[in-house]
Amino acid sequence: MTATAYDERAASEIIARFDARGDMLVQILQAFVERFAWISEDAVRQLANELNLSRAEVHGVVSYYHDFRTTPPGKHIVKICQAEACQAMGSRELSAHAEKSLGIAMSTSNADITLEPVYCLGNCACSPAVMVDGKTFGRVSQQRFDDIVASSGDAN
Amino acid sequence: MPRETAAISVGADDVAIAIARHAKEAGASIELIRNGSWGASWLEPLVEVAIDDKRIAYGNVEAIDIPELFASGFLSGGEHTKRIGPTVEIPYLINQDRWTFWRCGLIDPLSIDDFRAHHGFKALEKALDVGAQTVIDAVKDSGLRGRGGAGFPTGIKWQTVADVQSDQKYIACNADEGDSGTFSDRILMEGDPLGLIESMAIAGFAVGADHGYIYLRSEYPLTHRILSRAIEVARDNGWLGDDIQGSGFNFDIELHLGAGSYVCGEETAMLESLEGKPGIVRYKPPLPAFEGLFGQPTVVNNVVTLASVANIVNIGSDKYASYGVDQSKGTLAFQLAGNIKRGGLVEKAFGITLREVIEDWGGGTASGRPVKAVQVGGPLGAYLPAEQLDTPLTYEAFIEIDAMVGHGGIVVFDDTADMAQQARFAMEFCAIESCGKCTPCRIGSTRGVEVIDKILANENKDENFDLLVELCDTMEDASLCAMGGMTPYPVRSVLKHFAKDFSSAGSADA
Repeated sequence: MTATAYDERAASEIIARFDARGDMLVQILQAFVERFAWISEDAVRQLANELNLSRAEVHGVVSYYHDFRTTPPGKHIVKICQAEACQAMGSRELSAHAEKSLGIAMSTSNADITLEPVYCLGNCACSPAVMVDGKTFGRVSQQRFDDIVASSGDAN
Repeated sequence: MPRETAAISVGADDVAIAIARHAKEAGASIELIRNGSWGASWLEPLVEVAIDDKRIAYGNVEAIDIPELFASGFLSGGEHTKRIGPTVEIPYLINQDRWTFWRCGLIDPLSIDDFRAHHGFKALEKALDVGAQTVIDAVKDSGLRGRGGAGFPTGIKWQTVADVQSDQKYIACNADEGDSGTFSDRILMEGDPLGLIESMAIAGFAVGADHGYIYLRSEYPLTHRILSRAIEVARDNGWLGDDIQGSGFNFDIELHLGAGSYVCGEETAMLESLEGKPGIVRYKPPLPAFEGLFGQPTVVNNVVTLASVANIVNIGSDKYASYGVDQSKGTLAFQLAGNIKRGGLVEKAFGITLREVIEDWGGGTASGRPVKAVQVGGPLGAYLPAEQLDTPLTYEAFIEIDAMVGHGGIVVFDDTADMAQQARFAMEFCAIESCGKCTPCRIGSTRGVEVIDKILANENKDENFDLLVELCDTMEDASLCAMGGMTPYPVRSVLKHFAKDFSSAGSADA
C-alpha cells in the first residue's frame, strides 16, 4: 500500500460517491485510506468543507479510529496479532523477532515498512496470525514470517 | 476448495492455482468451486473432490503436494497420505449439531441456485406467508438469546421494536467480531452470506423495518468482498429491494466497514459509528429498541443470532428449543482457538462440557503440554483453570463460576503461559481500546496496568493487591459498558486461580 499524493479531485469524487453525507464519514475515510493510505491535514480540511462539518468534528473521527493514520505509512504494512489466541501461540516472541528482523520497533515505520499491532484478525484457530498489505496469514512461525515479508517486498 | 480467510491464510489460493494448472496440463476437465469452510480450520487447506454425489476430503494440502496428488489419482478420490475420506464421515463434523452453520462448506456461497437448492429463502417465504407476529412468537418460543455475548432474549427485543410506533425502523447487524478467539461470524458470512441476508430480511419483516445495516470490522477484507457480492446477488435476484418476490415487502441492506475500534462491537458505540461519528458508547436508557440508529427503533443483533432465525423458522421453535438445557436453548458455535491441536468451529447444543469440546474435538493443546488456562468468551471473559474444565457450557453454569460463555470463543493456554502477563494484558487492552467516555474504564485501565507492574516488581505487594481488587470493584460497578465493566473478570480470575504467577516477578515459569 504505497502512499499516493493527495489529490483534491480524486477526493471530491470519493466524497460524491457517498453523496457527501456526513453520516458516511467513517466510510469515506476508509475509501480515503484505500486511495491515499493516510489522512492528511488537507484531507481533513476538504472533508470538513464538502461535508459541511467542522474540522474539529472530522478530526474527532479521524483521531478516534486506529485505521485512520495521520502520517504516511511505509510501502508495506505489517500487522501482527497481539490478542489472546495468538499470545497463546507465541505472538509476543514473534513480535520480538519481527522487530529484530525488520530493524524497527512495533508501532513505528520506516520508508519500507510499517510494523504495528492488531487485536484479532479472526484467524484464531490458525494462530499466530499476521496481516501484510491486507492479506491474512496463519500459523506464522518466525521463519515463515521472514519468508512472507521477503515475498511481499518482491511483489513491488 | 474454500475461499475463506483461515484456509487462504495457510495457502488455499496457492493450492487452487496449482490444481487448476495441473488439471490443464493433464487435460482433465474439472470445475473448481470456491466454497465456504466447514470450520475444521486445523485441516485447512481442505480440498474436496466431488465425484458424482460423494465428496472426498484431502486435508492440509499444500501447493507442492499437487503433482503427487494428481499422480495418485486424486481426481477420482485416490489414496494418498493427505486423503481423509468422505467429508460426511469426518467425526469432527458429523458429531456436531449443525443447524445454523449447516450450509457452510456445503454450498457455493455466492450461487443463488445452490443456496435455493439448500432451503435458501424458504424461511423468508414462510415468514411472509405466516405473518410478522407468528415469526416473532417463533423466535420467542425458540428461546434464542443474543449470540454476540450478552445473551439477551432475541424474541423480546424484536417484540419491543415491533410494538413501537415509528415511520422508520432499522435492523443493525453487528458483524464487528472483535473478541480474540472468535471467528464464527466470519465463517458464516464467508460460507453462507445469503443465509444472513435472508434472516435479516425476516427480522425486517417481523418488526416492520425496511432498511438493514451490516457493520463489518475492517480486519475482515475477504469477508467484505464476499458479503458485498452476496448483497448484489440477492438484489439482482429480487430477494432484496422493493417488493421482494412480489410480496409488497421492501427491504434492503447497506454494508458498512468499521475502522479498527474494538469498542464498536458494543451496540451503542456501533450505532454511533454507523452514523459516521467516533464510536463512543451511549448512555442507556434509552435502549436502541426505542431510540437506536438515527434515533429510530432499531433491532441490534449479532451475525449468528440473526442467522439462527431462518433455521428456527424452517425447523420450528420446538425442535430448536429441544436442543440445549435450562435457559440456554439451541446451539452455540464454539470456536476452538489458541494453543489447540484441532482448532476450528464446533456447533453444538448448549450443555456440553468445556472438557469435551477441548479434548474430544480439540485434541488437547497444539504443543502437547498440559492445559493451564482457558479463556472463554473473549478478552472480557475469565481465565479458567484446568480444574474447571468439567463445567457445562451454558449461560447459567458459567455465571455461577464468575465467567461467561459469551460468543463461544475458547482460547486454550498451555502450562508455559504466564497468567500475570495475561492479567496485565487485560488492563492494557482496555486502556488501548477504551472509548474514553467514562472515567473508571478510561483511567482505571491505565492505573490497572501500573498497579500490576508494581506487584510484578515486588513493590508493596500486599497493598497493591488490595488496590487492584478495589480498582476492579470500581471498574465493574461504575463503568458505562462491558469494556470497563468486565475487564476485571479476567484480572480477578487470574488473582483467584493463578495467584502464584504474580510471585514469579513476571518471568514465565513453566
